[in-house]
Amino acid sequence: MVEEPARHAEPAEVPRARLLGVSKRFPGVDAVTDVSLDVFAGEVHVLAGENGAGKSTLMKILAQVDAPTSGGIEIDGVPVVHRGPAHARRLGVSMVHQEFALAPDLTVAENLFLGHEPGRLGWIRRRVERARARRLLRRVGLDVRETRTVRTLSTAQQQRVEIAKALAVDTGLLVLDEPTASLTEQESAELFTVLRSLTATGTAVCYISHRLDEIFTIGDRVTVLRDGSVVTTRHVGELDEAALVRSMVGRDVENLYPRVFREPGPVRLRVRGLERAEAVRGVDLSVRAGEILGLAGLIGAGRTELARAVFGAEPATAGRLTLDGRDLRVRSPREAMAAGIGYLTEDRKGDGLALQLGVDVNITLGAPPTRGGLIDLRAERDEAEHYRDRLGIRTPRVNSPVRLLSGGNQQKVVLARVLRAGAGVLFVDEPGRGMDVAAKSEMFRQLDELASEGRAIVLISSYLPELMNMCDRVLVLRAGRVAGELDRAEFSERRLVALATGAGGGDE
Amino acid sequence: MSETGTQRGESAGVWTRLRNSGAVSGVAAAGALIVLFAVLSVVAPSFLTVDNLFNLASQTSVKAVMAVGVTMVIITGGIDLSVGSVAALSGVVGVLLMAEHGLNPLLGILGGLAVGATAGLVNGLLVSRVGLPPFIATLGMLSVARGVVLILTGAVAVFGAPDSFRLLGQGVLGPVPIPVLVIVLVAVVGHLVLTRTRLGRYAYVLGSNPEAARLSGVAVARHTTSVYVLSGVFAGLGGMIAASRINSGQPNFGEGLELDVIAAVVIGGASLFGGRGTVFGSLIGAFLVAVIRNGAVQLGIGTFYQNVLIGVIIWVAVWWDRYRRGKFGARG
Repeated sequence: MVEEPARHAEPAEVPRARLLGVSKRFPGVDAVTDVSLDVFAGEVHVLAGENGAGKSTLMKILAQVDAPTSGGIEIDGVPVVHRGPAHARRLGVSMVHQEFALAPDLTVAENLFLGHEPGRLGWIRRRVERARARRLLRRVGLDVRETRTVRTLSTAQQQRVEIAKALAVDTGLLVLDEPTASLTEQESAELFTVLRSLTATGTAVCYISHRLDEIFTIGDRVTVLRDGSVVTTRHVGELDEAALVRSMVGRDVENLYPRVFREPGPVRLRVRGLERAEAVRGVDLSVRAGEILGLAGLIGAGRTELARAVFGAEPATAGRLTLDGRDLRVRSPREAMAAGIGYLTEDRKGDGLALQLGVDVNITLGAPPTRGGLIDLRAERDEAEHYRDRLGIRTPRVNSPVRLLSGGNQQKVVLARVLRAGAGVLFVDEPGRGMDVAAKSEMFRQLDELASEGRAIVLISSYLPELMNMCDRVLVLRAGRVAGELDRAEFSERRLVALATGAGGGDE
Repeated sequence: MSETGTQRGESAGVWTRLRNSGAVSGVAAAGALIVLFAVLSVVAPSFLTVDNLFNLASQTSVKAVMAVGVTMVIITGGIDLSVGSVAALSGVVGVLLMAEHGLNPLLGILGGLAVGATAGLVNGLLVSRVGLPPFIATLGMLSVARGVVLILTGAVAVFGAPDSFRLLGQGVLGPVPIPVLVIVLVAVVGHLVLTRTRLGRYAYVLGSNPEAARLSGVAVARHTTSVYVLSGVFAGLGGMIAASRINSGQPNFGEGLELDVIAAVVIGGASLFGGRGTVFGSLIGAFLVAVIRNGAVQLGIGTFYQNVLIGVIIWVAVWWDRYRRGKFGARG
């Protein structure tokens, strides 16, 4: 299990962090089984694997968020007793979670030193704090004033603040849990630059991901987990994409984007002059039966707001909708669903799932099957099992609380509900976020199938290969307006990025 | 893992489901109840007499019935502080309808339930349409309903219901007191509503994630309102049982009763954060509170000490809820 030393490491070098036979059991789930792993100074060590493979659990153990059921940790060669995340930080291990732990109403500087403010006797030396904050922000390449309130920052900026916060305590090992999940391509690239500069000065980085491209871009070594155990640890250069997928999934995945392009039918949904407060400013779009229309744009360009306005979640302030040729007014999600418009939410935990309730309840949420006025528990169970098998939802039981599932599997539960609702027009907002390769491939197959049934699909994604492989057309939004539209024949990353950022037109 | 996980799940799943529904707290409360029963029957010989047990069951019926309604509200993440006042209002109006307008007891009881439903409707609309926090909406109703009772009665008890009205609170069917039958009926209905109807299902979802409910097309306002209406109806039924037991409408009935009812629900495993709770648990909780009060009387412990004891039990129950969340909610 102990593998060859890292590229940058001296042969006899003590690993910055070492996991020794770590196992973690949750009620009903063996999340991690007997994992050993070394992380060396100066390397980006990627943890890859499918949803529920145990990546996040393992890193939470390393960062002492969770205690292992058995096994141990060594930091810089010294065995560590589990005492909680604050203890881990003192030892130089910091983790940036997918959900940020920032106080939104405090300033950047205040957040950076939360809990260890410079000063004495309870007095904070604010000038020192701000000066140190500026230095940290420079290190992570974040160009915002340290006096800004965190709430006013974008997701990408907040993430950078989190990284800076980790660095504020002399961190030797930085753990990042799917850090690019909510970043655009460009923001991801900037993040990688920052990480490179950190490893160059000897920081070790553990990087959880299942996005193949970035594993090869940023990783030095990769450890693949499957079902809670290590499949392999290799230098990234020794692997190709197919081999990596095979080790993650346990079999070959033939086609990540199984799209069959057909001639689209008549227009199903037409949107004219749609406005929503400041976020959406007069958008026109139409989507045809059998078509997948992509919505590209930077975060904050108004894509999610557009979808939510059409769906009635935050109703439009102006504009007209026509569905299958008939005028339509939508004032609530309920009305939208009754009319046949569906929406797969981007924020699964915030507004997608009832976390304490069962997988089955969440799948049928809003419309449980009934017989004679009572909920038909047997039918509900059957339906839940059907979707569990179809989407490969990993859950101890179909009635286990959703909170016990990994992030990607939670996303599948939301997807199952949307598939079940069977809307004729479907908005899917970052559906692949947090999903593993096999699940993503299956999800895209489902989207293709839905389109082939004559449904119209609007796919919101920040990941350009998804849009370029799945969509008939892509509409690019910028600052709440349509910046341009590209047909499949015209797709190129450069054009899409240019339209999204407004840099130098859309021509090659 | 999926193979073994599923098989192991067969046994673990029941446990998980029970624990997550709050039934384990209910079982713990049931265990405490049994122990308490055993101790009291040894310490206070007068406890384990037929008279006292019937008395106990009938006393409990008012709280138990009201607890079922409050359980539903608490599952949605709300609270209903008005049930004591609403019960008094229902009892008084029901008795007045019979005494002064000559309604037969059945219609009088339905009248009392209608009063409860109306109060619940106002609560529900204030919460779901006006957007008041449940605590404030029902705190207002606590005061409004009490005020209306006092206005209607001039703070004087009302009498004059027909004798047959006594059956609800004092009658027996064979050896079984009718209030006990009412508890069983209400428990079955309440359990079915919570586990087998959309309203019950949505109550859990609303308590767990209201935004997810809204985006899934759940008519949030309508179902929230319905839950408060049901709570009002059950409060009304509790009020009618009480009125029947004392054969009058008492304007000051039920002052502070909401605390016992909420205590019963919380002890029974419902979470004040919403999303959790069962009828079974709440009923056990109601009995536990009643046995403590009754047993304390048998032991000659005064009301003041009883209040202290119940307060401490509420702390422990809520602490357990938080502890459980911390322990089992780590992965999310």
